Parts: sequence; structure tokens; C-alpha cells
Amino acid sequence: MNIETIAYILGGLTIGSALMVILSNHPMRSILYLVVTFFMISANYVLMNAQFLAIVNIIVYAGAIMVLFLFVLMMLNLSKDTEPKTSIPMKAAAVIAGGSLLVVFVAALSKGAHTAPGVSADSANNVGLVKVLGHELFTTYILPFEISSVLFISAIVGAVLLAKREKQVL
Amino acid sequence: MVLATIFESVSIQYYLVLSSILFVIGVVGVLIRKNAIIVLMCVELMLNAVNLLLVAFSTFFGQSDGQLFVFFIMVVAAAEATVGLSILVLIYRNTRSVDIGLFNKLKD
Repeated sequence: MNIETIAYILGGLTIGSALMVILSNHPMRSILYLVVTFFMISANYVLMNAQFLAIVNIIVYAGAIMVLFLFVLMMLNLSKDTEPKTSIPMKAAAVIAGGSLLVVFVAALSKGAHTAPGVSADSANNVGLVKVLGHELFTTYILPFEISSVLFISAIVGAVLLAKREKQVL
Repeated sequence: MVLATIFESVSIQYYLVLSSILFVIGVVGVLIRKNAIIVLMCVELMLNAVNLLLVAFSTFFGQSDGQLFVFFIMVVAAAEATVGLSILVLIYRNTRSVDIGLFNKLKD
């Protein structure tokens, strides 16, 4: 099996599990299919030699964010199917709008002349390593990195403030 | 031995189309679902479609800037999910529902 076949099979699995996220009626199934989608996207990262991001994607997205979603869903006890149905014309309009957007994207993006930039396979393979990314992160991107820590602190404070009982706020 | 990159056997257009499809699935999900948790998940799906394209171009051009942008997008997505879900818990506490239609009340 050559690498092209693997790439196409992975792409098909990614799209299929992403479709199941929006099509399954049960919210719990949607979340689990989204976890599958994130694993597929991580596999795509490995295929593109972005090993660090593949691991971070599994840890942060599938491990942290999706567990948070699952936790909230279970805490609110919404696992039974109580979602009100969207009307059929509304669904048709949404699908037509999304399909038009896809047609515009594909028409605009796939016709461009994307010539191979002549990057040596050696440098392209080294890009995704922790060593290269860490060096770049702590030299060129040091200011955004520090600012993102401030963002995290404000997110933590905001989440604690919002999730407290109302009597205790103030 | 130097391993070849994926782009010697698969064109960059394949990843352009793949992440476009993922993004559109996210948009359609936001439009057709009424459960606010699923809507937030579809936003995450759209963010991941953009991440996939950034990584593809980063490998295609052999430069690491795209992968660092993906790193920062993950940071912002984590913060967004935290605050969004806590707002959702607060709304559920007041209205006993996470129906997205009830967010009309923000007007009043």
C-alpha cells in the first residue's frame, strides 16, 4: 500500500467521522465521533511530518477539551435526546449555503498554480520536530507566547467567576 | 537516508479540498443543530480544519511558522472552550435548557 492510498483513506475517514458529528442525534455520540475526528486529524499531522503537533493535538484536543465537553454534557444530564428538531426548510437552506461555500472554496483554491517550492525533503522533515519548533517559539514568537499565558489566566478567572453560584458572586 | 515528504506523492490541492470540506461540515453543523454544546463542538471542528491547512502549507514550504500558528490557535481554542462551556452551564442553571434558540433572551 503506497502513501497516496493511505492519505486518501485517512481523508475519507476524517470526513466521515466529521459528518457523523453533525448527523448523529445523540449528543454523546457526537462528542465521541469528534474525538475520532481529532485522532484522524492527528494521523494526518503524522503523515505530514508534524510529530509534535500530532501529540499536542491528541493531548489538548482529544484529552482536555473533549473531556471538558463530555463532563459538561454529563453534568447537565443532557444525554437523552431532548434536542428540538430544526425544520426541514431550515436544514435545506443550511445545506445549500454550506454547499455553495464549498463550491466557492474549491473553485478559488484548486485552480491556482501551486508549483512545488523546491524545498529539500530534509529541511521539510525537520520542521515538525520539537527542537526546531521550541527554538522558534522561544526566540521569534516569545511575545505571543507570553501573552497567551495572560490569556489563559483571564480564561481561568472568567470560568471560575462564571461557574460560581450567583449568591457567592459579589 | 532522507525520507521524502508526503507532497511528493499527494498534491497540496488534496489538503486544500480536505480542509475546505471539514470547514464546511463545521459551518453546516452550526446552522442545523440546536444544542449549544454541539454548536461549540462544530466551532472546534472549523478551527481544526484551519489547523490542518496551516500544517499542510508549513510542511509544503518547509517553514515552521505555520505550525507555531497552529500552536497558538490551540491555546485560544482551549481558552474559548473553557469560557464558552462555563457560560453554557450558567445559562442551563437559569433556563434548564441549552437550546440555542433561548439565547434570544440576551436581547432583553
